[in-house]
Amino acid sequence: MEILVCVKRVPDSSENEIEVNKDGSDIERDDLVYSVNEWDNYAVEEAIQIRDNVGGSVTVVTVGDDESEEVLRREMAMGADSGVLLSDDAFEGSDGKGVATILKAAVEKGKYDLIMTGAQADDGAAQVGGMLASMLDLPYASLVNKIEVIDDKKIKVGREIEGGNQEMSEIDLPCVLSIQTGINEPRYVGIRGIRKVASVEIPTYGSSDLGLAADAVGAAGAKVKRLDYFVPEMGEGAEMLEGSNEEIMEKLIELLKAKGGIK
Amino acid sequence: MAQIFAYIVHKEGTPDDTAVELREAAKKIDSNADVTAIVFGSGVDAVCNQLTESYKEVWKIDNAGLAYPNAEVIRRALVSILPPDCIFLAPHDTFGMDLCPGLSIKLDSPQISDVVDIEGSEGNTLKVVRQEFSGMASTHVNCDISNGAVINIRPGSFQGEGVKGAGGQVVDKTGDAGDISESSRRYLEVVVAEVGDVDITKSEILVSVGRGIEDQDNLEIIHELAEAMGGDVSCSRPIVDAKWLEKSRQVGTSGQTVKPKVYLALGISGSFQHMGGIKGSPFIAAVNKNPKAPIFQLADVGVVADILEFVPELTEKIGESK
Ligand SMILES: Cc1cc2nc3c(=O)[nH]c(=O)nc-3n(C[C@H](O)[C@H](O)[C@H](O)COP(=O)(O)OP(=O)(O)OC[C@H]3O[C@@H](n4cnc5c(N)ncnc54)[C@H](O)[C@@H]3O)c2cc1C
Repeated sequence: MEILVCVKRVPDSSENEIEVNKDGSDIERDDLVYSVNEWDNYAVEEAIQIRDNVGGSVTVVTVGDDESEEVLRREMAMGADSGVLLSDDAFEGSDGKGVATILKAAVEKGKYDLIMTGAQADDGAAQVGGMLASMLDLPYASLVNKIEVIDDKKIKVGREIEGGNQEMSEIDLPCVLSIQTGINEPRYVGIRGIRKVASVEIPTYGSSDLGLAADAVGAAGAKVKRLDYFVPEMGEGAEMLEGSNEEIMEKLIELLKAKGGIK
Repeated sequence: MAQIFAYIVHKEGTPDDTAVELREAAKKIDSNADVTAIVFGSGVDAVCNQLTESYKEVWKIDNAGLAYPNAEVIRRALVSILPPDCIFLAPHDTFGMDLCPGLSIKLDSPQISDVVDIEGSEGNTLKVVRQEFSGMASTHVNCDISNGAVINIRPGSFQGEGVKGAGGQVVDKTGDAGDISESSRRYLEVVVAEVGDVDITKSEILVSVGRGIEDQDNLEIIHELAEAMGGDVSCSRPIVDAKWLEKSRQVGTSGQTVKPKVYLALGISGSFQHMGGIKGSPFIAAVNKNPKAPIFQLADVGVVADILEFVPELTEKIGESK
């Protein structure tokens, strides 16, 4: 099975405290630790497991800048066979549809049976996979937490729905799936693994390589535009307990007891 | 102003809470709009009749083949029945996430997902509020709606009365919906989540742990605290994804809905999917090392501390105080 997995380099939210910068034009990017989007990493692991079971190849692709190459190499160290970087100044400011448009052009350069994305990334939009599927006129399933290959024409997928229930369907190949966390246990990638793929060539395609019209992508093509970043004021917020550790604990225990939180 | 439609999620003959919330959201787009509800399903008259209270028109697409909502089929039908350049609202839930991105492509309209507030529209520009980085930053977003828009609304974010006494009428659109047979994605069954050893939905005291616990071995201190408090251990999703605790202990939209008296959140950031599983307004206490963690906006009382140090001490103090 030929599998393409779309990945994104994002600030690692478990390693960083995200803060809005002074003029609200961006978050503070200095000192941020970046990594591959959590959902995408599960998607790559799943792709590798499928390939190891039924044969084929796994390609990872990202829309990003030169620095995004590092996440492609990370996923190649994990076991993906090759990586493709889609990068061009013209891509800057793309909205979700713009990103899907760029990926569609890349998909059409190859011949894939299965295309995967993470269910969502740092912007929480959860839209690129579904858009890509509709642009390609392929069937789609989101929030997939189980994949079973039936044959080379169809697979069985589980979607995670409300309450942790699982919706099972059969879906024809080729198709696009967005992958939910927890579908597998992504393998560990060590420094040594990354070193091994350090010199593997990663082709870069820009707008003209992909035959994209200038107004289809980037800020020019974006109908959805982020104006700023800000920290919302949401009601009163919590009463923050302060003082010495001793005082804080006493106060907390008192409150918990009063509310029936200590039996 | 473009025509506004709302996709109604329903279960067992009753519209979901989001039916009122979408009506509320539509009001924020255009306070004078007559909004049309769209109901797909099999035997949905009861649902439709309830909706006429808040929607001027209710379109029903009623067919035995729609007994289980398959987004792939419903998307195709919507493309047949929606007028061009309309505004289409749906909840940002597991169905809306499945349906809407592709729908926006087929309608050639932009999509804005997980909208938490709508500031209003001016000409062809709609201004909304979204969140990024799991709620750690908010953003204002402008959307060009000259060709309509597909907008996913975060469940729970648009509280209000909605609209009453709309005196709506039900219109049967089944005939216009085209072929609704399943094709390239065929629904098989729903596998119901397993029940675990502890039923956290019945717990009065929950000691809930998140990614801040860092390591499986550290879970010990959480169990000890829960025992000292006489409560049960629950958790956020990353703990279940890592297989450190069973799925039945996960609180949230894709886990359990809990109604404790007291909820102690330890090393949990406070994502909406997590908080969405906490009902009945319990007393929420949060311990997090990041003073800017969103959980502090939602909790009643907060402590900025490292749980790895704070929790064992707290357990000890509770023991002493008994
Ligand atoms: C469709 C969908 C459904 C989902 N359903 C659910 C669901 O049902 N339930 C759920 O929980 N999530 C769900 N999620 C995931 C959700 O979006 C968040 O990713 C998740 O809730 C984050 O869990 P967390 O707060 O434990 O981790 P994080 O967001 O990583 O937060 C960890 C927190 O711990 C703090 N911390 C770190 N170390 C320490 C320390 N030593 N001491 C004190 N504090 C520390 C950090 O400051 C941070 O605030 C869902 C996501 C999707 C897309």
